[in-house]
Amino acid sequence: MIAFDNVAYNYGGGELLSEVTLRLSPGSFHFLTGPSGAGKTTFLKLAYAELQATAGRVTIFDRDVRSLSRDDVARTRRRIGVVHQDVQFLDHLPMAANVSLPLTVSGKAGDPRDLTDLLAWVGLGQLADALPPQLSGGERQRAALARAVIMGPDVILADEPTGNLDWEMSLRLLTLLVELNKMGKTILVATHDMNLIRTAKNQVAARVLRIRNRRIQLAGADL
Amino acid sequence: MIDRLRLFLTPDRQADRVVPPTGHTAWLTGFTAGAMTFLAVFALALSMAADRLADRWSDALARTATIRISAPADQMQAQTAAVLEVLRTTPGIAEARALSDDEQKALLAPWFGPDLPIDALPLPRLVEVTEAPEGYDGEGLRQRLLAEAPGAVLDDHTRWRRPLATAAARLNLLGGLSILLIGAAMAAMITLAANAALAANAQVIRVLRVVGAQDDYIAAAFVRRFTLRALAGSAIGAVAGMIGIALLPPVDEAGGFLTGLGFQGAGWLLPLLLPPVAALVALLATRAAAFRKLRELP
Repeated sequence: MIAFDNVAYNYGGGELLSEVTLRLSPGSFHFLTGPSGAGKTTFLKLAYAELQATAGRVTIFDRDVRSLSRDDVARTRRRIGVVHQDVQFLDHLPMAANVSLPLTVSGKAGDPRDLTDLLAWVGLGQLADALPPQLSGGERQRAALARAVIMGPDVILADEPTGNLDWEMSLRLLTLLVELNKMGKTILVATHDMNLIRTAKNQVAARVLRIRNRRIQLAGADL
Repeated sequence: MIDRLRLFLTPDRQADRVVPPTGHTAWLTGFTAGAMTFLAVFALALSMAADRLADRWSDALARTATIRISAPADQMQAQTAAVLEVLRTTPGIAEARALSDDEQKALLAPWFGPDLPIDALPLPRLVEVTEAPEGYDGEGLRQRLLAEAPGAVLDDHTRWRRPLATAAARLNLLGGLSILLIGAAMAAMITLAANAALAANAQVIRVLRVVGAQDDYIAAAFVRRFTLRALAGSAIGAVAGMIGIALLPPVDEAGGFLTGLGFQGAGWLLPLLLPPVAALVALLATRAAAFRKLRELP
């Protein structure tokens, strides 16, 4: 699915990631943890081609990111659902239109019943016509998850999806991610919330990756 | 290429909606296109009027000439007769006649009043010459006049016609140049407005890129909007300009050039070409600005 081969990333002020070699297999569930500023977001951006590695090779769906044109990158992103901590919507469009935005930009006409079902699945069935500024933090995160999965992506990348949520809402979002994984989706969640990781490991066979000293290691029993 | 054109031309309400309404840039684009087209209509009218004037002046002056006979009073009659005889036998002269005293008096009346004692003044006699379509040999005529009537001087109007034709041609050029400058200024203003809209919508563009929108899709949403605004603004400007031209005083000989500033016949259709041209300018300017901006984003 997504593979890093001896990847490094340099912001210009120094190396943030170094010698990263990793493979996200189909249907896997990974957590990526590490202190703030360690490079979690950078890793995710490399994984959906928003950034390009300064060394090494990143392949997405067996294609080297460097060989992708801008249009190829756009098409590739339709197979990757992304959820950010500071999720951004088009504030002038109702939530339902925001959730179906990936369909709109790819010229696909989605089935309205599917959209209704999806909104009900994330618990936002009553808020289809609400504008994004009217939603709470938890509702925005769930709407972002709905937007991320509406194209039926193969991979879901989530960057601190529970960062602004209370514990109850975090568990609800985690449950949705676990359900998606059980449907066969590949999931990678960047988080520094250890409680969330421990709770998830009780529900799903998740592997935990940790960024330490610019490198990514498989975390052990200390979690 | 065909796919890109189809993407642009196909109305897509959903695609248009992804870009939020941008009040001031919408107003600015429409106003700029309207004002520039309004000015372009006048520049076009100026250019066409200058063109007509050049033709008219050239035509009127090119087919006529004047012979001025300055001779003592006792020789005036004989020299006039000699000149008319020379002209009668010169190939390429359609008609020649000496102006009567009354006609000469009428010519001088604007300067000296109607009571000019023309008999008491040593005025030259004027002979009006009308050229045949095949033309005459001016230098040969001058030589023959010199031999037959030493007081006769041929004025073929070249010295009048040349500066007038040059002036009219330059006015025509200025009109064309003005239209080009107006077009360039409009492109610059629309580029600025498009850049402002793109900058104001940076977050929208980022969201669209993250969810998989291609550059063509994002650019088309902006380009379509700006093109349609420019087309609408320009159409209003063109109609207003045409009304302004139509309300100018009618063509009047006394008014000369100032009252001839307008369109004639099929010329009235020309200002209607300006809105599509303005829309094309907006399309190219916005498209260039949009892709320049999009290339800055990952």
